[in-house]
This record gives sequence, structure tokens and C-alpha cells, in this order.
Amino acid sequence: MSGATLNEERVSLRTRLAEKGIDGTTLLILPGIIFIFALFVYPFCYGLWLSFQPKVGGALANYEKFFSQPFLYNTIWTTMRLALPVTLINLLISLPIAFRVRLMRNQRLLTTLLILPITLGTVLVAEGMIFYLGPQGWFNRILLTFGLISAPLKLVNNYWGVFISLVITGFPFTFLLILSYVTGIDPSLEQAAATLGANARNRFREVFFPLLLPGLAITFCLAFVQAYSVLPSAVLVGDPANATRVISIAAYQAATEEYDYPMASAIAMIMGVTQLGVVALVLALRSLVYRGPVAAAKG
Amino acid sequence: MKSPEFNELRLDTIRREFGGFNALKGISLTIKRGEFIALLGPSGCGKTTALNCIAGLLSLSGGKIMLDDRRIDDLRPEERGFGMVFQNYALFPHMSVAKNIGFGLRMRGVAKSEIDRRVAEAVNLVRLQGQEAKLPGQLSGGQQQRVAIARAIVIEPPLVLMDEPLSNLDAKLRLEMRQEIRRIHSSLGSTTIYVTHDQEEALSLADRIVVLREGEIRQVGTPEDLYARPADVGVADFMGYRNRLAGKIVSRDGATARIDIGGGELVGLLQGSFSGDAAVVALRPEDLSTDMTGGGEAGSFGAKVTAIEYRGSEFHGLAMTDQGTELHFSSHHRHGVGERIRLRGMPERTLVFDGAKA
Amino acid sequence: MPKDTTISARLWAFAIWTLVGLFLINLLGLIGSVVTSSFATRWLGTWLPAGFTTRWYFSAWAEFQLDDVLTVTFQIVFAVVFLSGLIGVPVAYAMARRNFPGKQLVMILFLLPILVPPVTFGIPLATVLYKVGLGGSITGVILANLVPTVPFVILVMIPFIEQVDPRIESAARVFGANTRQVFLHVLLPILTPGVLAALLLVLVRTIAMFELTFLTAGPTSQTLVVALYYSVFAAGVRAVQSIDAMAVIYMLTTLVWLIIALRFVNPTQIVARAKREAN
Repeated sequence: MSGATLNEERVSLRTRLAEKGIDGTTLLILPGIIFIFALFVYPFCYGLWLSFQPKVGGALANYEKFFSQPFLYNTIWTTMRLALPVTLINLLISLPIAFRVRLMRNQRLLTTLLILPITLGTVLVAEGMIFYLGPQGWFNRILLTFGLISAPLKLVNNYWGVFISLVITGFPFTFLLILSYVTGIDPSLEQAAATLGANARNRFREVFFPLLLPGLAITFCLAFVQAYSVLPSAVLVGDPANATRVISIAAYQAATEEYDYPMASAIAMIMGVTQLGVVALVLALRSLVYRGPVAAAKG
Repeated sequence: MKSPEFNELRLDTIRREFGGFNALKGISLTIKRGEFIALLGPSGCGKTTALNCIAGLLSLSGGKIMLDDRRIDDLRPEERGFGMVFQNYALFPHMSVAKNIGFGLRMRGVAKSEIDRRVAEAVNLVRLQGQEAKLPGQLSGGQQQRVAIARAIVIEPPLVLMDEPLSNLDAKLRLEMRQEIRRIHSSLGSTTIYVTHDQEEALSLADRIVVLREGEIRQVGTPEDLYARPADVGVADFMGYRNRLAGKIVSRDGATARIDIGGGELVGLLQGSFSGDAAVVALRPEDLSTDMTGGGEAGSFGAKVTAIEYRGSEFHGLAMTDQGTELHFSSHHRHGVGERIRLRGMPERTLVFDGAKA
Repeated sequence: MPKDTTISARLWAFAIWTLVGLFLINLLGLIGSVVTSSFATRWLGTWLPAGFTTRWYFSAWAEFQLDDVLTVTFQIVFAVVFLSGLIGVPVAYAMARRNFPGKQLVMILFLLPILVPPVTFGIPLATVLYKVGLGGSITGVILANLVPTVPFVILVMIPFIEQVDPRIESAARVFGANTRQVFLHVLLPILTPGVLAALLLVLVRTIAMFELTFLTAGPTSQTLVVALYYSVFAAGVRAVQSIDAMAVIYMLTTLVWLIIALRFVNPTQIVARAKREAN
């Protein structure tokens, strides 16, 4: 008797859970959750805790140190000064190119060529830049030969070196995302706008741009994250002591040169907060505009 | 709202190729102001290509398009000023209903107060009052369809182009919207070109129907013309003449002829010229029956019932002739499967085409 | 749409093609410089090197112990690829098929490792790994690299699984297949192209992942990209040409995999794929 009742209850509990969407299949996310907690959430929390355990001073000593030394707090500005314009430039270059490629019948070859720098990696790009853009490099030689400049341009080991390197390594990623957003827009929307009298400029302004805006915001965030954590190029083709002393250099130095893990963690936390601040701002702006389907509305 | 004045739109042997494939093989057609024209044909016949060429969404490979004396085929779509309703409606998902409808007017730089007035008028015409502030995604299929129509007609285009606008709707809504489209057409006095693959839609809506097949015009005529006198076996097939029988002309008497179809005879009307005595007979299921009597064995033939089903007012059956041709027929009796029957066609509705051409 | 032939449209198109052209030419120059240098006997202040040789490749191979480095690199890369598929695909499947309370929150959790720079979680993660004795080991490098790749697989696979009609699975069950058979005979074949695409992208990403490997690797667990960084960073000690030879080797290893990946996926459809095939 009692066994049967228990069994019935068990079945009904199972049904009730299944109705809420929890059953054997849902449990498949458990390994993923455990993994994220063990390798992301826990280290993150540990880092946060560690950042309040400075080698010397009170709980906030690391943060006080960071925000009282220009040598440290200036890195935020230095990083922003690189990452923001680079991300914007990459978006602005990618958008018109993606619109061109969209019209091509055979997009694959050009797309492959344009995303080729993904394979280079930051280190090879840096190495190549030292050669190609250096004072003795082909780039300056050609410009000198054609008389476009009178002295070699200084394009490496300064702000512009890191800037160029970030554009080269960031462009493929930005371009790829934007291209897939652009090609995801239903072409009949453009045709409809054209038959209603919209010329190319108006079609872009009234139809494409508002529909692309959410995708552009996402692309901006993802590209910004990459640019913000710039490290190898800031060291190899930048001016790591001054103009391109970005925040990740400060974090690495604390961790690998001073072995001050609490301080390194504190810098990492500051880095995360400032970076997420920009992302949150962009996403908040995004939610102000439309973000529904980009296909034509269907019944 | 009234349409701007124009007298006729002329397509002059327009051609369109897609990388060696001829989608349109030189189509000529003159459309008069106020007409409702249906372009009818199976998928891949070139009807949507023709419509896109008129709209300017595709450039021509040859020929020209004239609006009265003005050549328009080199104009870009935004310069032609036609209204178009797309198969998937192509409503701008980020704009409200009112914004969608007013889009064409905004592009023309019409004053704000005038836009509001005309949008309100169009909303009334398509009966969407109260939905103006919604986004297209919040509307039902039929409502989206109305927005698409309102958006196309609010600019008072000389020509409205519709590309299978009802194909995404369910049967009941389709019937309702059909009447709606016809009502709007007459109340505006506009000129409409309507692309469809549904003969019933074309028959009920159009003043004239243009049947296209493989990039060529097969027949142009009023719905009554096409229904009663299709130009060839292909058009007949599209107009509901589902039965097709090959045979030989035995004797002629003016326009009527007796055709030997093997195992019996049929009497029908000769269509067009004949190069020999080979013939193809086309018949609708409702005109082929076991019920008609008279004439003894003459004008009838034997067949075996292979299936029968009840259709309310009568029975609809499938029969196999002795030559192995499958036929659709109607009857007031429930015949048994396997039963031998004699089928007789209605002579004035039995069409005989030249067998050498078919 | 017919081509726009107005003068302003043509100028605009010309400007964009010029931009693309300049980008590609300079990219070619950049890669060409490294490749040329890697074959150069001596190259100082001239257009082209004094002579050509292949010996730098042999000396780079020996000097940097590239056979060891490459072995380690591919051990790490393939382990990461395999494990991120193993963990990520089932999660993506559950996320695509079930609606459960807190799903949004779980989604954000999986998004965060991609939205936060690797350095931010890399430093505390490295600290934790050293604390539990995995720092500097191959296992540690693999674990660190999994943090962004598992969410990446999940994100790419969710839309792919969503567009597979769940009725196909129901049909298989109606015909008597159990869960394991449904998975093996129905789901796996359907999902293979998507999984393959996602994993190939993970592979390319992991070969190129510098920050996390740099933070967690020890002398015996360096991947190619980190070894390359150290050699450039410590330039002057070794001949620049042999560093370039190593850079070329690095580029070729990623290039091969990227080209393979592009044969399987149309890169433009990562976002748009689900919509397109639904139509």
C-alpha cells in the first residue's frame, strides 16, 4: 500500500519537474556548470578575495596603491586610448567592406583572404611589423622611393605600432561578425525600400543601419574585449614603458616579476570592472534601440 | 486617393537570362490603365522574374519597357514609383505599422501633416484602425498582408505589383484577402499586376490573365476565355482539364469531330489548326461522366473503375481505359472498384487539340 | 538589385576596393617580410637580402626544440578540442531543447568567460592552479584554455541544434530507439557538421591563444605561440632569421587548420545560419 503511494508520488514529482523543463536532458548542463564554477567562478572569487589580502597594509591597500600611483592608474587611460579607437576603426572599415562583399557572388576567396590575419597571431604580426614597417622596411622604402615622405615614418615601438597591430589582428574577427549580421538581413527588405522610393543612402539609413545596430553593439563589445586585453603587441611593437604601458602589462609585471599575486589580482579585477563598464554601457545603449528579428516579419 | 494618369504600360520583347539560363524569352504585353492583370503559371515559369523586371529589381537582358512614351527599363526601382507587395510582405520589422505605411511618403519628402492624413486614410482602407502603433511582429499574417498592401498603395502608384501575396496565408484568410484586394483595386481605380500560380485566384481576381510557361506567354485572355477556350493542352491542363487522351480524328463536321481513342469514341470541338489526324482530347472531370445517355455506343468508351470517393454532391472516380490511361470522372452513382463502366464526355466541353503539337 | 551606376556609387565602390587592396597589399608585405627574412643569409638595410638559404629552419628547429614544442602544442590543442566538445555539446543540446527556470542566468554564466578579457580571469586562475599543484603542467594549460573554448562551443552550437527539428528525435523514439540509439544514429550524424565546424574554430583559437597559455605554462608546457613570444622578447640572443623561420612554421600550422575549417563552414553564416535554413 504505502509502497504504491510512494511510487505514485515519485512519478508525479518527476512529471512536475518535467513540466518545468527539468528532466534527464536538462541535467546535461550540469558538467558545464560544474566546469564553469570550478575554473571560472571560483578562481574569480578567489582572485577577488586575494586582492583584499595585500602583502602589506589594510584590506584596501592594493586598490589604494593602484589609484594613488599615476604609474598604475594611468594604465587604464592608456588602454582605453588604444582599445576604443581601434575597435571603432575596425567597425568602420568592416561595415562598408561587408556591404560590398555581400553583393559578390563568390564571397569565399575574398573572405578567406580578409580573415587570413587570424592565422598570424599577435606575435607574428608584431615580428612582421618590425620588419615591414621599420625604418629599413619595404613600406618606408617604397614611400621614400616615390617621394611621398622625406624621412622614414616611425611606425613601430610607439603608440601607432600597437594601434596598427591591433587593427590587423582585430579586423578579421570584426569583419566576420559584421558580414554575418549583414548577410542575415532579408534582401527583400532592401527591395521593398527601393520600390518605395528609397535611394541607396536612405536604404542604409532607414533600413540596414537600424537593423544592424544591435549586431554592431555585440561586435563592438567582443572586439573591445580583445583589444582591451592587448599584451604581446604592446610589448613587442609598442613602447611598453610609457605610451603603451597598458593595464595588462601592469598586471603581468605584478604577477610574474614581483610575484605579488594579491596586487596582480587587484589589477585584474580593476581591469575586468573597467572593461565590463564599457561593455555594459554599450549594451545599455543597445537596449534603447530595436533588437527584434532582422528577417522580414512573418505571420 | 487617385492614381496618376497614364494610359498604357508596354512590355516590348523583354528578355532576362541568368548565367545562360533563359528565364524570360522575349515577352510582349500591353496593359491598360485600371486593368487587373494576373500573371499565371507554374513555379519556374518566369512570372516572378517578369514582375521583378517591371519593378526594376532585375535589369533586362533585352527588350524595353514603356510607360506611354517614356522608356522606364533603365530607371532604378526607386525612380519608377510603382507600389509592390512582396510574397513574404517584407515589412520593416523595426518600424511601427504607421511608419511602415508612411515610408514611401517620407522618402518622397511629403510634409508630416500630409503623411499623417494619408497614412490614416490607408489604414482605414485596409481596415487596420487601432493597430498603427504595433510592430509587424505583433500582427497576424492577414494583418501583415494588409500593412504590405497599404504601404504599396499609399504612395498612389500608377502601377501596383503583387508577388503571390496570398501564398503564406491559410485557405479561409486567402479567400477573404482575395475579396479585399479586389475591393481596394476597384475603389482606387489603380492598375494591378498580380503574380500567382493558383488558377482559381487568377480567375476570380483578374480582368485579363496572362499564362506563362518556360519564359514564354502561352495565352492572354479574359478568365472566361481561358476557362472555356484554352489555347493549348498545357494551358488547358492549368485550367482544370485534368484528363488527357491521345486519339485519331475519325470524321469532322464543321468545328466538331469524332475522335477514336481506342476502345471507343469521343465527340469534341476542334481547337486551332491541324497538321494531321493525330489529336489530344482534354476534358474536365466534371464533364466526363457515366450518367449521360443517348447515342448508344457512339461517343462513349469503356473503362474500369480503380477508385471512387464521395464528394458531397456527387462521386468522384478514377478509371483506367483499356489503353492504360488514367482518367478522373464524376458520377451520381457509387461504382464499385473493378466495375466496368462506359464514360461519355460533354461534346461542347470536350476540347480537341492537334496531337502533333502537343 | 541591379547595379547602381551613378558616379557617386562608382566612386564609393572604388574607394572601398582601394581600402581592401591596401589592406591586402600591406598584409602581403608584412607576411612577405617575415618569410623573406627567414630565408635570408644576411639582410641589413637593402631591398632584398644578400642571399638565400634554408639553414635557419634547421637551426630554429634545433635551437628552439621545435619537435618538443610542437608535440606539446598539439597534445594541448587536441585535448582542448576534445574536452570542449565533450562538455560543450551536451550543454548546448540541453540549452537548445529545454526551457527551465534560471536559464537566462545560466546563459549569462556561460557568456561571461567570453566577455571578460583572458587576463582578468587568467591571473587568478593561474594562482589557483599553482596552489593545487597544476601550475606549469600540461594539464594546467589545458584547463586554462578550456575556460573560453567551452562557452564558445556552447554559443556556436545552440543555434545549430535549435534548427534541427525535434520531431526527428521523437520519430526515432516512436520507432523504438532508446536514448543511446537516438544519440548515436540520429543526433550524431545530424550534428556532426556543426560540431566539426565549432571544434575546428576552437582548434585555431587554441593554437593562437597567447595570454592564458603564457600565464599558466611552465618550461615543459609551452605552446608554439608562447615559445615564439619568448624568442622575440629575448631577441638579440639568437639570429633574427631563425626566429622568423619559427614564426613561419607557426603561421603554417594555423593556416592549414583554418583552411580546413573554411572548407566545412561558411564563415559568414555563424550568426545567420539558423535563420537561413529555417526559410
